[in-house]
Amino acid sequence: MSVVTLKINDIDVAVEAGTTLLDAAKEAGVRIPTLCHLDGVSDVGACRLCLVQIEGIPKLLPACVTEATEGMNVTTETPELQEYRRMVVEMLFAEGNHVCAVCVANEHCELQDVAIEVGMDHTRFTYRFPEREVDISHPQFGIDHNRCILCTRCVRVCDEIEGAHVWDVSGRGPAAKVITGLNQPWGDVDACTACGKCVDACPTGSIFRKGTTVAEIDRDRGKLDFLVTAREEKKWTR
Amino acid sequence: MAKTVVIDPVTRIEGHAKISIFLNDAGDVDDARFHVVEFRGFEKFCEGRPMFEMAGITARICGICPVSHLLASAKTGDKILAVQVPPAGEKLRRLMNLAQITQSHALSFFHLSSPDFLLGWDSDPAKRNVFGLMAADPELARAGIRLRQFGQTIIELLGAKKIHAAWAVPGGVRSPLSEEGRQWIVDRLPESRQTIETALGLFKQLIDDTLKSEIDIFGKFDSLFMSLVAPDGTWEHYGGHIRFVDSQGNIVADGLREEDYQDFLGEAVERWSYLKFPYYKPMGYPDGMYRVGPLARLNVCDRMGTPDADRELQEFRDRAGGRCATSSFMYHYARLIEILAAIERIEQYMEDPDLLSPRCRSKADINALEGVGVSEAPRGTLFHHYNVDENGSIKKVNLIIATGQNNLAMNETVKQIAQHYIHTNEIPEGMLNRVEAGIRNFDPCLSCSTHAVGQMPLHVQLLSSDRQVLDEVYRE
Repeated sequence: MSVVTLKINDIDVAVEAGTTLLDAAKEAGVRIPTLCHLDGVSDVGACRLCLVQIEGIPKLLPACVTEATEGMNVTTETPELQEYRRMVVEMLFAEGNHVCAVCVANEHCELQDVAIEVGMDHTRFTYRFPEREVDISHPQFGIDHNRCILCTRCVRVCDEIEGAHVWDVSGRGPAAKVITGLNQPWGDVDACTACGKCVDACPTGSIFRKGTTVAEIDRDRGKLDFLVTAREEKKWTR
Repeated sequence: MAKTVVIDPVTRIEGHAKISIFLNDAGDVDDARFHVVEFRGFEKFCEGRPMFEMAGITARICGICPVSHLLASAKTGDKILAVQVPPAGEKLRRLMNLAQITQSHALSFFHLSSPDFLLGWDSDPAKRNVFGLMAADPELARAGIRLRQFGQTIIELLGAKKIHAAWAVPGGVRSPLSEEGRQWIVDRLPESRQTIETALGLFKQLIDDTLKSEIDIFGKFDSLFMSLVAPDGTWEHYGGHIRFVDSQGNIVADGLREEDYQDFLGEAVERWSYLKFPYYKPMGYPDGMYRVGPLARLNVCDRMGTPDADRELQEFRDRAGGRCATSSFMYHYARLIEILAAIERIEQYMEDPDLLSPRCRSKADINALEGVGVSEAPRGTLFHHYNVDENGSIKKVNLIIATGQNNLAMNETVKQIAQHYIHTNEIPEGMLNRVEAGIRNFDPCLSCSTHAVGQMPLHVQLLSSDRQVLDEVYRE
């Protein structure tokens, strides 16, 4: 096992080769905000919230998909990074229809938490108010595309942990959306095992259990982590 | 030349509205109209939402009476789930509605209307508000504010938030009352009862003396009255059935079910207001004018169902000179009696162990595609009507709001007051205040915003019959 040493915000840290900067930062006790990252599934670098500055590299890189290398000097907090992160969150809010006051995930929402963390109190961008649908054809679950931020956690958790691959992404640009099956109503997709991992994975109130009312969403994030660890290390107790 | 006087905005009401007074060539009032100039669109944008979210969404219609929408919506949801709400769930919902009636009526009386009664119709408009009341009678103002706080805190103890607690849900409520919460209510009950008894005593003195003439001028006319009533005719605010009585107290229709509201309620539309004009269908428009709210509930019921409120109801009817009070000014009096009734019922509930029971929510899937729910909001009977698809997605929403049902009566009241007080093109501010007060009788809730404090912003326009502005005065 080879070890690399690097500096994150002037803190010396030694991690296993192949470790991402996000994990290395965690090791160093440095918090980097994320939205598309989910412990237990692969990273895709979709949300751009975890952008960091690396000495000698002219562009900002996402910490979740960048490997730590020997001698790296990483900075996670600069006025420029803070500005970018805030802008990313503002764009997410302007892009969808996020109405916290009547959302099932109010006060249990990672998008809301991140908005508070980056100091977003309004958005500088014009709200797009897109016309998006709500699919509650599944007997147990529903998806409200108005609240989707396209983090693709549902896609990855269903594919990598459950192995059902019900979820995918269709379309490009403003037309991009997560779909179930071959863009069928969720209730018509035979591949869905109704395991509920997508509900646990969703950072916002986009995927929810039917019957959930305002601010009532209940997730079991630990379950996803547990399943991955259990499979890899054969530890089947929680 | 015929002229129009416009009062815009109407102040110390909840929402935005204006009044137009049409003068004839002689300078007398021909007609008066109460226009609601705000547009919300809830019925449209709720389409497509999951039914379970409706209580939380529709509660946002109003910041003063969100509980009313919460309850009407949850009751509609009960019908769509086709479930029986556990006894604890119903009692807890009732407790929240009693708290809501207390806080909303306290706001209407102490904060919004009492400055007119206690400081005078013609007093300085800059001081004719709750702050003026604080200066003139700090004890009464403090007691009134604390009475409202009593109601609001009960709502918070139950739903974790004073405003927009998304606590009542289809099938019941989310959580019971805690023992600490119950104790808080028990501790504050004596003070609240004392406040309402003082206020009732004060108001009765005023209408027997200085405000006596207002009873005949501020909207005294015959109309129907509609409200919920318990199966045995007792005052009701949550369940029971719908009853109509006429001005003499004769029962016009009884045992009506909310599901059939379209059979007995029609909704007319006028081009000059966003607020519809509901009417009692068998009598046609506009003859089917009816009033809802505190006055209607007292006129409709046979008894209040609690000792002190029953005694007050008898005195109320004696003052009205019959079974029904027909003056809209009596809304204020009825409101105070309802606070007393609510406090008495809250006192009775404090002994009920069901309020602490966690078995307060029934869960089910979509079992019916249509539901109508009804509750008595502080301002009157509130209907929610949803159609859903088999997944529970909202297809159609119809909301009949209490204030809307008083629309015809509010217009009649404004006209009566304007005709009594306005006879020339010179209109003193105090006269306009009386016209506005006609609207405040009904404590209309036009949306979430209030104009409860500060100087009264007023825009008066004099318009000729061809709508040319002849003169206008602004007061910022």
